[in-house]
This record gives sequence, C-alpha cells and structure tokens, in this order.
Amino acid sequence: MRVALFITCVNDTLFPGTGKAVVSLLRRLGCDVDFPAAQTCCGQMHVNTGYRDEGVRLARHFTEVFAGYDAVVAPSGSCAAMVREQYPKLVRPGSRGATAIAEVAPRVHELSEFLVDVLKVEDVGAYFPHRVTYHPTCHSLRGLHLGDRPTRLLQQVRGLELVPLPGAQECCGFGGTFAVKNPAVSAAMGADKARNVLDTGAEVLCAADNSCLMHIGGTLSRQQTGIRVMHLAEILAATDGGTRS
Amino acid sequence: MSATFLGMPGDFPTNAARAVKDSQLRYNLRKATHTIRGKRAAVVDELPDWHELRAAGKAVKDETLRHLDRYLLQLEEAVTAAGGHVHWARDAAEANRIVADLVKATGETEVVKVKSMATQEIGLNEALAAEGITAYETDLAELIVQLGDDFPSHILVPAIHRNRAEIREIFLDKMGDAPPGLTDEPAALAEAARLHLRERFLRSKVAVSGANFMIAETGTLVVLESEGNGRMCLTLPETLISVVGIEKLLPTWRDLEVFLQLLPRSSTGERMNPYTSTWTGSAEGQDFHLVLLDNGRTDVLADEVGRQALRCIRCSACLNVCPVYERTGGHAYGSVYPGPIGAILTPQLRGMSSELDASLPYASSLCGACYEVCPVAIDIPEVLVDLRAKAPHGAAERAGMRVAGWILNDQARLARAQHAAIRLRRLVPKRLPGPLSAWTDTRDLPEIPDESFRDWWEREG
Ligand code: SF4
Repeated sequence: MRVALFITCVNDTLFPGTGKAVVSLLRRLGCDVDFPAAQTCCGQMHVNTGYRDEGVRLARHFTEVFAGYDAVVAPSGSCAAMVREQYPKLVRPGSRGATAIAEVAPRVHELSEFLVDVLKVEDVGAYFPHRVTYHPTCHSLRGLHLGDRPTRLLQQVRGLELVPLPGAQECCGFGGTFAVKNPAVSAAMGADKARNVLDTGAEVLCAADNSCLMHIGGTLSRQQTGIRVMHLAEILAATDGGTRS
Repeated sequence: MSATFLGMPGDFPTNAARAVKDSQLRYNLRKATHTIRGKRAAVVDELPDWHELRAAGKAVKDETLRHLDRYLLQLEEAVTAAGGHVHWARDAAEANRIVADLVKATGETEVVKVKSMATQEIGLNEALAAEGITAYETDLAELIVQLGDDFPSHILVPAIHRNRAEIREIFLDKMGDAPPGLTDEPAALAEAARLHLRERFLRSKVAVSGANFMIAETGTLVVLESEGNGRMCLTLPETLISVVGIEKLLPTWRDLEVFLQLLPRSSTGERMNPYTSTWTGSAEGQDFHLVLLDNGRTDVLADEVGRQALRCIRCSACLNVCPVYERTGGHAYGSVYPGPIGAILTPQLRGMSSELDASLPYASSLCGACYEVCPVAIDIPEVLVDLRAKAPHGAAERAGMRVAGWILNDQARLARAQHAAIRLRRLVPKRLPGPLSAWTDTRDLPEIPDESFRDWWEREG
C-alpha cells in the first residue's frame, strides 16, 4: 500500500525521531511510504488562535499536497482531527475548496487508526520492555474518537507493562496557544497531569501527540521527576534489535 | 446585597492566575465538580437512548429558534388568554424598569426571589435596591452568596466555591436569626436557612422568578428545583413576576418530555428533580406578569455559528467537566455565566469591547469535554474558535502569526527557518523572554534537534 506521510510541522522541526519511527514501522509492515516534500502545516494554530484566513490558506496548501494519495498517515491526533473534523467547517459548502477538502479529509488517518482500521494489525511486532502509561490526548479522544486503539496496540508490545493513568481523560493543559495565553491555568493543569503520571510509577509516558508530550514532558523535566515521554510511534517502532529511530 | 458583574476589572488570564493560587478554592472546586461529574456520568449511562434524547433536545431547540418570532407571539397570546400580562424588554434597563414599576404598583418594598439567571444577568436586585425595593434570594446557595456579599460562581451551585465551614461563618455573621450553636453540618445549615426563609415566604406579597421553560402552545411556565423554596415563592405571594429570556421557549407540552429527562440528569445528576412547578397565566388567582427579555439574544440568533448557544438549558454540565473552570472557579469569568457556556455566551451578549470579554473566547484549551456532555449538543469549541476569529488581536501577536503563516505556507521557507533554528539552537536561553516566558516559567523547552525530518528524508528516506 502506498501511503503518504503527513509528519506535521512540529514533528518535522522539533521531533524528527517520531517521523523516522513512523517510516520504519510502516515499512516493517509492508507499506510503501512517501513524504510529499511540499507539505508544511495543517493550520491548526492559526485557526484555533483566531487567524482564520491564514489557516484557510494552509488548509488549501494541505489539500493540494495530499490530493493524489489513497491514504495519508499523521503521527498526531490533533493534526489529523484538524484536517478531518475542522477543515470541512472552514469553507462554505459548495465552494471550490469544499470539494477538495471533502475528497482528502476522509483519507487522513492518525497512526493508530491507520494500523488498526486500515492495515488491520494490532501486533506490530514491537519489543519494549518498560513500564508505560498512556495519556489519550483530547483531540485523539474526543475529536477523532480513537478509543482504545492506541492501548490495544501497546498491549501487544512484547515486554511492555501498561499501567492505567488516573484522570487520563482530563486535558493536560497544553491547548496550543492556550499555554501562552493562559499560562497559570495551563501550568496548573500540567502539574496535575504530571502528578497523576508520577502516581502510576511508570518509566515512560506515551501519547499520540508530541505537542501535549512537550508540555507534560517539559513539566516533568522541570520537576526533575526522571520520567521520559515518548510518542506512540517510537514505542511501536522499537524492536528487540533496539529502537530504530 | 450581592454586587453585579457589570464593569468587572481585569481580563480572564489575570483573574485566573489569582484564582489558581487560592488553595482553598482549588480544593473546594475540585471536590464539588468531581462529585457532580461522577453522578452525572452514572445517571446518563443508565439511559440507553441518551444520544437520541440529546439529538431530540437539539432538534426541538433549533426548530424553536428558527421560528422564534412565531412561537413568541403564540406564547403571548396564550398567556394573555389565561389572564396574564406580557411585557417585552429589549435590554436590561428596560426589564429592570418594568419589574420595578410592577412592584411599586403593588405598594410593596420587599420581594422574594426564585433562583434565576436572567434576573442576575440584568442586575435586577441592584436595580430594585436603587428604587428602595429589597429582593431576597430564597435558593440556599443564592442566599449564601447574597449574605456573603459575594458573586455567584456557578450556574447551578452559586456558592460552589464555599465550603461548609465558610458557610457557617457567613450565617453566624450575616443572618440575624442564625442559631448561636450552629454547626457546619449540612442539615444544620439547611435548617437554619429554612427557618430564616419561612418567615419571609409568609410575609411576602410579591415574588420574582425566572423559568426553565415556557410552552408556546399553552402559555405555561415551568421551573425545576431541588429545595422547594421556589414553589413557596411561586404559590404564596399575590403577585408573581417572571423574567425569562426569549430563547427559553418550547413549542408544545410534548417537547417537555425530552427536557425533563435531559436537564436533571445533566445538572444535578438526578433521575428527576424533586420539584417541578408549572403555572399558566393567572390561573392560580395570582396577578401574573411575564417579562420577555431580549438583552442581546436576537443578535446572537443572527449569528450562524454562535446561535447554537441559545439552545443552552443552563444545566451547568459543561462547567462541571471543564478543566479550566475547575481550577479558576466562576469569578474569573466576570459574568453570571461562567465556564464554557459563559465563555461563548457572554462575549456574544455583551460584545468584545472590554478586555475581559475579548479574553473569554481564549479561556479554554479546546479540549472538547464541554461539547461531549452538553445535553443539547452545543459545539462550544466550534463557537470559541469562531469568536476568536472575531476578537480583537494585539499588533505584536498579529505580526507574529502573519510571519508564521508566511513561513509555513511554503516548504522552502519552512526548511530555511528550520536550518536557522538549528544553527542558532545553542543561543536559545533556558528562560525565554516576553510572552514566551509563560512557557519556560514552569516547563523545560524541548531540545532543538540537529536535523529536521525533511532533511533526514532528503538524505536517506
Ligand atoms: S452549554 Fe450545554 S452543558 Fe453547558 S449549561 Fe448549557 S446546556 Fe448545559
């Protein structure tokens, strides 16, 4: 299967390891992956901060870049939710952009969705002998309705001990520019999330969104807790030959 | 007399920063919201057809709003036919004037009140006080707020920010007839309030209420409550004045069936509320006046995205699940409508010309928990984002977002920006200056990697 990767601007710039993990994981599962180089950003930050016109421009760019592919995979619940759930609301029904969006949007999948629903695999052959807890980020949970797909994948990882996270469904407080516009509330939410992570006794906090992990991980690191954060793709890409990313 | 929110200083981030530091407040809010949240979830899960009910609630409200003019006229006709009087109020000042004149015409200087958001929205108690009329709140939580000279901080539980010990203090301090040995047992507090209020019910000749629903077909008003104090106000006084927002309509009695299931389960987490009162015109021999309040609602109705906020049945489920509300409480929102619904309703009703109102659409991380619980499926995140596009933006932010948009619109520009970031990464300080210090105050920054994904792909993808 020929798959286009949408790596997202944050991953591309700050977390290239996640993109490399997606490449190695999908190749291992027999996919022919392509990275359309013209891709940039889904426009989520602009739209959600109130800069709709810029957001619409980025959405148009996105639909042009990914127009020809059967499946687009993104290692980010919130960017996938942006394309699938928010794009159709950005443009007037019946307009030129609306048709392009209606064609591309349904073909965009978050990584765990793609694995479970499209490739129909739950055991991806990973090996990761650590105690892990999983935070279902808001846009994965309530935007995409990922449900237990990510944890089903994690449960099949050899050596991995999955421990439940108290208050898992509560927002971590990142919220894009919310973290900067309402820093006190964002930090308070982050601190509560960090405490819940600590309470699990896990070595690693996993999620399907690096931006949330950047916020929670940054909090855990400032508090010197020694807990590592990892993107779902990185754990699923790990094999007993080591993490190839 | 509790103060009004009109003209409250500050903006949400400043108010919120103060609130998150108040450890007692944080504890009280966390405990209360998590308790109601759990109860709601349990009774909602019991109903196999919750999703259908929710869709029906949304559909009924949308249909009503679409033909609001027609249903309002039908209601007016029915209320008048049943011997009631209908008054139309364009804004707060007009509504307050109508109520004050009606009270004055009775020759009374005291009114008892049934808990009502509409009268708080227009600052009725303060307006009446200016005319020499004293309004007494009879809902226990409203009474606590009123005695404490405080602001309500929750739609359903206005004193949610107070714990039992604080309530006892307020009663001993401000309630003249509080028993001296009053403990902070909930039953003792409720009993003290009951005795305090009973005398008032028996004495009062005029009552002011709101309504949860108005039925266009029959002209009937409906109030749902837990304590029964409202029922005392609704039945004992000789004159009853109800101030109700024009969006509170339902076309027919049958429609009520849906909402009598949606509202109690969403708000108090009960299968059914203990008291449901309905009255039609002057059928009970009372002199009945209905003041229909617009106060910005027709403007909201004109907005394609924002109008869904008028479906709100004020259940407060969205407050109880909101992680932002849980940490700030209601006062930070500077409005009688706090939490997620307040963040979309207040800027629509009041406009965004004040700093506070312009900051409200940003008082959310867009986590979506509010939308998920809303019994009439108001897509609060969608309205928040829409309002953000209409809110005034500072010049620096505008410039920054424009530059970011320009860079992100082209892969070559993005790659150049990435290369610059990689070259300069050693220069990034541990603590960032300006607005970005908000990040580094409590969080470490991620390290900028030595190669972007696209460069890696170019090299060996
Ligand atoms: S917005 Fe929805 S959840 Fe919030 S108070 Fe209104 S009806 Fe209830």
